[in-house]
Amino acid sequence: MSELEKFRQETRNWLEANCPPEMREPVRDEDDVYWGGRKASFKNDTQKAWFEACVEKGYTVPAWPKEYGGAGLNPAEAKILREEMSAIGARPPLSSFGIWMLGPALLHFGTEGQKQRFLNEIARGEIRWCQGYSEPGSGSDLVSLQTFGEDKGDHWTVNGQKVWTSYADKADWIFCLVRTDKNDKYRGITFMLFDMETAGVSTKPILLISGNSPFCETFFDDVDVPKSYGEDVPAYVGEINRGWDVAKYLLGHEREMISGADGGDRTSAIGAALKRQAGELDPVLRAELAMFDVDALAYSAMGEKFLDEIKVGKSHPAQPNMMKYAGTELNKRRHELMMSAGGSRALEWDSEETGGGKTSRNWLRTKANSIEGGTSEVMLNVISKRILELPGG
Amino acid sequence: MPLYHDDDQAMLAESANQFMAEEGAIAKQLRHWRDRDCKDGFGHGLWEQFGEMGFNGILVDEADGGLGMGHVEAGIVLEEIGRNLTPSPFLTSSVLAATALKHGSDDLRGRYLPGLVEGKSVFAVAVDEGPKHRPETITCKAERSGNGFKLSGQKDFVVQGASADMLVVAARTSGSDSDEQGITLFAVPRDAAGMSHDAVRLVDSSMATHTKFDGVELDGDAVIGEVDNGRAILNAMLDAGRVGSAAEGVGVARGAMDMTVDYLKQRKQFGTLIGEFQALQHRAAHLYSEVEIARAAVIKAQQLLDAGSERASLMASVAKAKVAKTAGLAVREGVQMHGGIGMTDEYDIGLYMKRDRALQEFLGDAYYHAGRVAELSGY
Ligand SMILES: Cc1cc2nc3c(=O)[nH]c(=O)nc-3n(C[C@H](O)[C@H](O)[C@H](O)COP(=O)(O)OP(=O)(O)OC[C@H]3O[C@@H](n4cnc5c(N)ncnc54)[C@H](O)[C@@H]3O)c2cc1C
Repeated sequence: MSELEKFRQETRNWLEANCPPEMREPVRDEDDVYWGGRKASFKNDTQKAWFEACVEKGYTVPAWPKEYGGAGLNPAEAKILREEMSAIGARPPLSSFGIWMLGPALLHFGTEGQKQRFLNEIARGEIRWCQGYSEPGSGSDLVSLQTFGEDKGDHWTVNGQKVWTSYADKADWIFCLVRTDKNDKYRGITFMLFDMETAGVSTKPILLISGNSPFCETFFDDVDVPKSYGEDVPAYVGEINRGWDVAKYLLGHEREMISGADGGDRTSAIGAALKRQAGELDPVLRAELAMFDVDALAYSAMGEKFLDEIKVGKSHPAQPNMMKYAGTELNKRRHELMMSAGGSRALEWDSEETGGGKTSRNWLRTKANSIEGGTSEVMLNVISKRILELPGG
Repeated sequence: MPLYHDDDQAMLAESANQFMAEEGAIAKQLRHWRDRDCKDGFGHGLWEQFGEMGFNGILVDEADGGLGMGHVEAGIVLEEIGRNLTPSPFLTSSVLAATALKHGSDDLRGRYLPGLVEGKSVFAVAVDEGPKHRPETITCKAERSGNGFKLSGQKDFVVQGASADMLVVAARTSGSDSDEQGITLFAVPRDAAGMSHDAVRLVDSSMATHTKFDGVELDGDAVIGEVDNGRAILNAMLDAGRVGSAAEGVGVARGAMDMTVDYLKQRKQFGTLIGEFQALQHRAAHLYSEVEIARAAVIKAQQLLDAGSERASLMASVAKAKVAKTAGLAVREGVQMHGGIGMTDEYDIGLYMKRDRALQEFLGDAYYHAGRVAELSGY
């Protein structure tokens, strides 16, 4: 048996022994997902047991090095773990912006001290992070951001406002883009890390069209952020005034994640499932579903190809923008079709039969897919400039 | 298996790319034969060069004198054919007929494969009856007569039928028109008495025939595979051809897209390059995304066919439908973004539009294959 086959067998055995049956059922509600953090509580004991088993094994962040709380898996092993987990429908033990965004930035730019502290906290689900980039005047044109940190020697005093900060009210810490030099647009931003309980930080939830409130306005009112949290643990990632480099690096990760290229069933065909649900399908709707399934199955091949190419460095560095664009537009179409197949039942907003209006709320939520993390239009701009090398500023 | 070309495949791609750009170029082949009203629509000299390059043996087993490679490799050649609009019998002969002949007797393989591998023989495939691809229904009849069969009926859209040394014909030997079973494939030689071709030039300057079989006498050894059990071979042949035609379609799409993106970087209006207009940039970027995705679907389908996967038919239809939609978009955007010059015969972009149209229809269009995706998925 090859090393990898052995690993697959061990993984299968470990999952069999450690992943409780309830944790193999599809995620139904927001509280089926465990986000960790100081304010978090488990929905039940099985969720807790599954989470703790994964923490011990390093499987909350399987590809991170062991000394930072991961399992040190190489890409081939990580792929096997993903495949085996998805084969039994295992839920992710922990979801967080720390895993998806801050972690990769720290692995790339962080000091040893930062990695030791922050990565371990993320892997063990102790600290929940939020992302403070967007501002009322700076969305797509993020680099124009105004939130300002005044240099006070050993600390900055930060003033300004962020907006659309996902889960800011539930998060413990924020990674935040702050202007530290007003004279240099690109080289005047620092990527800061600070506690949301610091005096002067406040949040105000915003209600989405889906009726949920997963994001906030975040205000900074004379917030003092120390420049260091101890030896080799600076309060910023990368260098002072060079936070834009970190942000750009991280956006790549975010786009990959949102594009669904990391797996998940967003890219699978839906026609058969919707027919079971809707019974007889209107012939024109059936045709639309078939056309959708062609696109979804083709996109899923693209996702596989994209991951294969990334592994060996064959992918164009701007390709995640294409994946994000195509994947999110596809997902919006998927939910339009789910609404159509669902008929009047899908309109129900809070009935028990619909799990509290799941179909319609999810449909509305997907409209954000092509806005968050860079809009479709911005993705198309990047593709035309960086891949097709079309002219213009 | 990773979804990109390994080193050997990358080498093949490079040599196919070079060969087709030089020998198969639009001016040298497509326009040359078109402007001379060539009755074949392609050059036999180029076909022999295909043989010398080894292309024609890609899907032929080594024991039969071929290279014993797979659909990924055949697709590499087809993508370059598509990009250069190179007219040749490769798809019908080296992919479709070669796939059917894999199931043929020693005698049939010995009779036909050496000529194919050398680029001396041309084969055609006669499946469609009527203007749309509906292989579920086959009415062309082969009745037993003596030791052999008597073939009657008509086939349409027989690409290169009049140039072919042999036609693979799907006929009914038992049951009624739409039965799954009761199909037999025959290798019909060009000089068979009672076979007549009505040759027509198509929009892309390729040649096809409406072929009549008027009591054509065939020996029993003209049967490919088993009598009445030809459906599986037919399906295998069609799926190979669909994935092959999808690969050619990706080449057409890329060729049209590259030409168009180049044009956006050259043409000036209102004092700027038209490529600076965001309205055009976004459409070009959208097209790029679609072409990338279509290409991934094609490689996936090729790999599944080579692996003999049970999902191969589903993915063959996904690939054919996705490419049809994408290549259609590429040529329409191509003509539009060129403006007036795109409408001229002198400029090549229109040739891509014509070739795409013919490929769309060949072995089932996007609607047919999306419908097949639905059926194979159970709805
Ligand atoms: C659900 C959700 C969660 C989010 N979570 C976070 C978070 O956690 N942290 C965070 O910092 N941000 C978050 N965001 C913010 C998100 O990143 C921004 O909404 C996004 O970058 C777009 O900015 P904007 O909303 O200001 O829109 P604008 O930039 O004002 O865009 C408005 C419209 O103009 C178009 N447009 C803008 N510029 C161009 C151009 N150059 N060419 C063509 N069209 C253009 C856009 O595509 C869009 O259609 C979240 C957003 C949503 C919807």
